[in-house]
Amino acid sequence: MAEATTRTAQKLFVFAIAMFGFGYAMVPLYDVLCDITGLNGKTGETTIAAVASGYVDKDRLVTVQFDTNVNTALPWNFKAIEYTMKVHPGEISEAVFVVENKSDKDIVGQAVPSVAPSQASLYFNKTECFCFTNQTLVAGERKEMIVRFVVGAELPEKIKTMTLSYTFFEAPDSEDVVFSNKSTVEAIDAKG
Amino acid sequence: MSYGAVHDDEHHDHKPTGIGRWLFSTNHKDIGTMYLVFALTMFFIGGAMAMVIRLELFQPGMQYVDPQFFNSMTTVHALVMIFGAVMPAGVGLANWMIPMMVGAPDMAMPRMNNMSFWILPFAFTLLLSTFFMQGGAPAGGWTMYPPLVLQLGDGLPFLIFAVHFLGLSSIMGAINIIATVFNMRAPGMTFMRLPLFVWTWIITAFLLIAAMPVLAGGVTMLLTDRFFGTAFFDAAGGGDPVMFQHVFWFFGHPEVYILVLPSFGIISQIIPTFSRKPLFGYASMVYATASIAFLSFFVWAHHMFTVGMPLAGELFFMYATMAIAVPTGVKVFNWTATMWKGSMTFETPMLFSIGVLFMFTLGGFTGLMMGITPVDFQYHDTYFIVAHFHYVLVPGIVFGIVAGVYYWLPKWTGVMYDETLGKWHFWTSTISVNVLFFPMHFLGLAGMPRRIPDYNTQFTDWNQIVSVGGIAFGLSQLILVWVVIKCARGQGEKATDQVWEGAHGLEFTLPSPPPFHSFTTPPEVTEATAHS
Repeated sequence: MAEATTRTAQKLFVFAIAMFGFGYAMVPLYDVLCDITGLNGKTGETTIAAVASGYVDKDRLVTVQFDTNVNTALPWNFKAIEYTMKVHPGEISEAVFVVENKSDKDIVGQAVPSVAPSQASLYFNKTECFCFTNQTLVAGERKEMIVRFVVGAELPEKIKTMTLSYTFFEAPDSEDVVFSNKSTVEAIDAKG
Repeated sequence: MSYGAVHDDEHHDHKPTGIGRWLFSTNHKDIGTMYLVFALTMFFIGGAMAMVIRLELFQPGMQYVDPQFFNSMTTVHALVMIFGAVMPAGVGLANWMIPMMVGAPDMAMPRMNNMSFWILPFAFTLLLSTFFMQGGAPAGGWTMYPPLVLQLGDGLPFLIFAVHFLGLSSIMGAINIIATVFNMRAPGMTFMRLPLFVWTWIITAFLLIAAMPVLAGGVTMLLTDRFFGTAFFDAAGGGDPVMFQHVFWFFGHPEVYILVLPSFGIISQIIPTFSRKPLFGYASMVYATASIAFLSFFVWAHHMFTVGMPLAGELFFMYATMAIAVPTGVKVFNWTATMWKGSMTFETPMLFSIGVLFMFTLGGFTGLMMGITPVDFQYHDTYFIVAHFHYVLVPGIVFGIVAGVYYWLPKWTGVMYDETLGKWHFWTSTISVNVLFFPMHFLGLAGMPRRIPDYNTQFTDWNQIVSVGGIAFGLSQLILVWVVIKCARGQGEKATDQVWEGAHGLEFTLPSPPPFHSFTTPPEVTEATAHS
């Protein structure tokens, strides 16, 4: 009986430790789930092919709004040249942003994008974005950055307006910055 | 049938004496008693914090405490009541009753049993010591959402390690309970002959083992985010604060069933006794409990409908939540059917059990209301949710535990409790608990937010009624202390072995009080003697 008790207890301890691991596994699992489903406002992946062969829906106009934020810890200015654009689904468009380092130090920043409403995020594809990589600004530097994007022609009719929001954070020291479009960057890098 | 009487003489006098009896105890009854006394103490500490909250909310404007301290009161009140009062009380009852109910001499791992209890006082010393630290006690809500919780001062690591210890204690307790029931049942005590209290505790134990480590993982991530440069929940480093809510509620929803299932088990023992009928639908009760536990892992996001989830997610969690109402309904109808045409009497344990049946169901209904996504946007973070979870936690769970204490107190002490005092306790508690929590529904629907020390003057009247109810409820609980002390001192009529006329089960074949080691010779269980 004592042996049986030990066996039961051992199995249950292993189960408890596995569940501790599962708590950590939830973090990447959610990212995978969000990538697949486009939930959580994370923007979809782009392939050049999808953009090149894209059909442009000339009958529809969608309003794209831009929202710019800077984390309070980062002494930068960040603005869009135009805060709204009207685009046809399927058409390649470009938006220009201005960023300025107000401090007397060189700083590396990273922009984190988000799309609202979340249903629209599946159809919002960026082919080029300053958010794909870290941005380094030397002291006092001001520069223009672009986002090239396509709103998918399959966008549901009911969505007339969408918002692309960026928040600039100071980049952590480590190289392996986790941001939502890493796979997109890799896809683009692969295509040269 | 009195198995205990045979070995009573051999073992009764062998118990250790003095403080060592309690510090080094490996006896399930002594450890059970310590758990229950600890839970009662924490119940009053948490209750005192609730009194501070109700005092401040008696009038609009700021009167007695500053907002930071007020928020510490709401936060620590919740942590103390959940982890310090309700969970230890459940484990205490399990310790006392499960070995007797399955016909075992003691718990399977007595030494670990001692450790899982003695971790608790240390954990709560860590938690409560934060009141004297730079930055004060936790004030960001018991759910510990980042980034707010990460702004806590020196207390943060104490909060996190307290949660780790509490998790460790309950996992050890849970493993012990499962090992006892799986390996130490008396001959003939098959799984489908186990008393419902034992069944609900096995399922609770599995929930504990599955859910508590996930919470431990979540708070460890908080710890490394604050001190070791990780960014699980920090958007600046690519993390997501909403992620914490997903991890937390993956633990948090099973946790509410960890709290309530033992109470369901207790009233499943009591209602048949005082209806003098076997429990209606025993097998369906077991399966319903298991279904509730299983479903509880798929509904967590109904706590976070307003974080901006996509429609598909909201619908999934809404339907999954509604599905839990089905097995819960099965249980409620089974208890009702057990009483149907029974030869009922209304002693204190039965009164509290019927109280659970009525008022838990009421709390369950408001839960269904909030499970409906579109309307939840109005109720979220208002006093309506406060009313809801207090209805399920106080008259649903605390009343269940109190019912269990009245039901088994004569068995534990050997003397009947004072029935008049018991009835006074029930009626004062029941009236005051409704004065306390019912008006909170109105306040919430009218828009009063939770966790705020001040409010608009339009809410004054109901808040004053709530505060009066709160103080009356707090004072009513002193009657329980009085009753328990009287029994512990042996003042009262001598209880028989069976204690209650309609009581069945192995624990009622032992003498009252039972011998130090319950069953040294395993009793034989047959279909006729099984089930209450």
